[in-house]
Amino acid sequence: MPSFRSAHPFVNYRLNSAYDEMFGAPGIPREFYQALHRTLVGLPPEELRKSQQAADLTFLHEGITFTVYGSKEGTERIFPNDLIPRIIPAAEWAKIERGLAQRLTALNMFLRDIYHEGRILSEGIVPRELVYSCKHFRREMRGLNVPRDVYVSICGTDLVRLPDGNFVVLEDNLRVPSGVSYMLANRKALKAVFPKMFRDYGVCPIDHYPQALLATLRSLIPENCKFSQDPVIVLLTPGVSNSAHFEHTFLAQQMGIELVEGRDLLVHDNVVYMRTTAGPRRVDVIYRRVDDDFIDPLCFRPDSILGVPGLLNAYRAGNVNLANAIGTGLADDKAVYAYVPKIIRFYLDEEPILHNVPTYLLTDAAQRKHVLENLENMVVKAVGESGGYEMLIGPQSTKIQREDFRARILADPRNYIAQPTLALSCAPCLIDGEVESRHIDLRPYVLMGEKVTLVPGGLTRVALRKGSLVVNSSQGGGSKDTWVLRAAHGEDPLSQISDEVWNGLARKKPE
Amino acid sequence: MLSRVADSLYWMSRYLERADHTARLLDVELQLWLDQTPEAGAARWRFLLEALRLPAAEAASVEPTRLLDTLVFSRENTSSIVSCIATARENLRHVREQCSSEMWEQLNRLYLQVIEPWPEETWMQKSHAFFHAVQEGAHLFQGITDGTMSHGEGWQYIQLGRYVERTDTLAALMETHFSRVSHPADQTVESAEYLEWVGLLRACLAFESYCKTYTAEIRPLRVAEFLLMNPDFPHAMRFSVDRVNAALHLIGELTERREELPTRIAGRLRAQLSFSQIEEVMVEGVQAYLKNIRSECAQIHAAIHQIYFDYSIESELAYE
Repeated sequence: MPSFRSAHPFVNYRLNSAYDEMFGAPGIPREFYQALHRTLVGLPPEELRKSQQAADLTFLHEGITFTVYGSKEGTERIFPNDLIPRIIPAAEWAKIERGLAQRLTALNMFLRDIYHEGRILSEGIVPRELVYSCKHFRREMRGLNVPRDVYVSICGTDLVRLPDGNFVVLEDNLRVPSGVSYMLANRKALKAVFPKMFRDYGVCPIDHYPQALLATLRSLIPENCKFSQDPVIVLLTPGVSNSAHFEHTFLAQQMGIELVEGRDLLVHDNVVYMRTTAGPRRVDVIYRRVDDDFIDPLCFRPDSILGVPGLLNAYRAGNVNLANAIGTGLADDKAVYAYVPKIIRFYLDEEPILHNVPTYLLTDAAQRKHVLENLENMVVKAVGESGGYEMLIGPQSTKIQREDFRARILADPRNYIAQPTLALSCAPCLIDGEVESRHIDLRPYVLMGEKVTLVPGGLTRVALRKGSLVVNSSQGGGSKDTWVLRAAHGEDPLSQISDEVWNGLARKKPE
Repeated sequence: MLSRVADSLYWMSRYLERADHTARLLDVELQLWLDQTPEAGAARWRFLLEALRLPAAEAASVEPTRLLDTLVFSRENTSSIVSCIATARENLRHVREQCSSEMWEQLNRLYLQVIEPWPEETWMQKSHAFFHAVQEGAHLFQGITDGTMSHGEGWQYIQLGRYVERTDTLAALMETHFSRVSHPADQTVESAEYLEWVGLLRACLAFESYCKTYTAEIRPLRVAEFLLMNPDFPHAMRFSVDRVNAALHLIGELTERREELPTRIAGRLRAQLSFSQIEEVMVEGVQAYLKNIRSECAQIHAAIHQIYFDYSIESELAYE
């Protein structure tokens, strides 16, 4: 449709039943969105389109791409970036931050308990059979002590905002969450496109994430390596054909650590070495981006060539640390997820700050019956999957798909859970030079070492297909920058930044 | 530096040098071909394959256009120009974070350029442009590498790969040439053979430099002396071996392995080229001399591999 000079980009913008991030009522933006709205309305549509193209080109040239599995080999795509930022006021972020810190603390205690005494099981809070039937439960981890009792040091939790305006947790990603490089790339792009508005808004910085990650990894050095002056930390990647290889390269470069593949590492006398031209060099901490299944062919999948034979033994001997630990997928199993509020109450004796989405466990006959009768209103997910694979979205499914899932659920009820279809909140997105409404979620990244660190913001993922609820990059999703605003005058603007990060920032100053 | 990374940089550089060398050789060969009778032309291809160290078995049965396809485009032939550039690119792709983005972009651009389909009908018309593009692309890559990458350990492996490959390909080319064209060493080459000798110099980009040193009067002894022993010309053997030595020396310093095998073998080869007399070499037989150089080259390669890339961990840890 040809756009007229007079028509501002919001002319076709419609609200629906979902919570709208920008508009409290039709045509009336929320207070903290007003300046952004004014800027967008003031810009000629052609200008917006050009800015978007410029940003896309930067992404392509810098190789900020991901690989799509299952399609033709070597299909590299850019991760589409939307130029209209998503804004979160300070107070709202403070709640998210506290909620996520609480959740991750409890989940780490849960993992320690499960792999040691199992108090929560003996007290009957979480059923034994649920834990032991988890695809990602690793009995190899029984009785193994990990430094600082931190199992999950890098976590990316998916939050969604419901129509009532509250954020709830959709899922925890406790294995090898990805996407943080896109968060940083989006910020870089936005700063280039809207420098003045960015400054005027008072957005909390996120650029120190790689440094905070390095500090976290450094704080997790195993006891046996404490004597070494300069601990060796490496990032273990599955290699160039992995979908997130760009991110691995980026993070290794930003942290100034070696990017290694399985074949670069070897284990001798339960010590891990990397093969360098100057001879073998001892490795103390491995930030691994290889899944449990592939990490040690002697313990897990014997056909894996991505891992390091003998790694688990070195790990058990306390000569190397892995971030995240092995077997953390137990705690992000989608059926265990249903118990997280109870887990928080059990270990911390606190009420969960962030709530869960109601979840039906299909092993329970009554719940299963209810779900099967209402499949067209449900979202069904496989418990051990991520990335939007093996998932049924009831309202958008065909009869054949529903029948298929019905059969799968009946064949293996433990492998699936169901949730009511949620109306994810919507945000304005730039689609072909006009602003349209799309569903979004939020993935903040939480680090846990000596203490919990969050960079203010995260990756806001966008379901770019009109009406779609699936935000995964592999399923046609995009992303946008997330602006967490500094606290208003009167409050201490720095209170939101945790001490560790702040110390890191202070060190960066020249004086 | 990780051994795998060093290995990739080394091979990336070797493959690119090989593509460049093959392109130069074919370019010159096609020019010479124009000046020749069809019968003489056919025999040449066997020598070309020999100079490129490719099995000559199929050559007898193959007509020039097919052969050219094998040498330029074939993916089955791992030494064809396109294969070499593709392998070089693949090696660099695996270690992209170790090089500058400018380097990656240039090699990627060259790769995209050579895999474009070249219609057979226009091939003869455009072959020169193609070979020129390959050479130019490789030169540009070298310039970008020197100008944008830190000259640390990684850069030294790139140097090493280029000059080990250059020494080896030059030795093979000269060996073939001297076996084929016999001419009294210290007499001026005339008429029919003249083009062959100029062709050899051109294939090494050396004709102009040779003329500046010795005038355009071509004598086998002088050609051999220039290509083997000139210390200043980048495509001469002495120059290449000097660079191999310099790179190995610096790598030895950086990795604190000064007394290692590769440095010693390379030093020996360098001494040989520095202190030989060309007259003696010609008397004793230049082919034997070149054969020896190739064997030394192979030893240097094996030693680099053994010391820096693929050592046994047990023996390394035993020293600690």
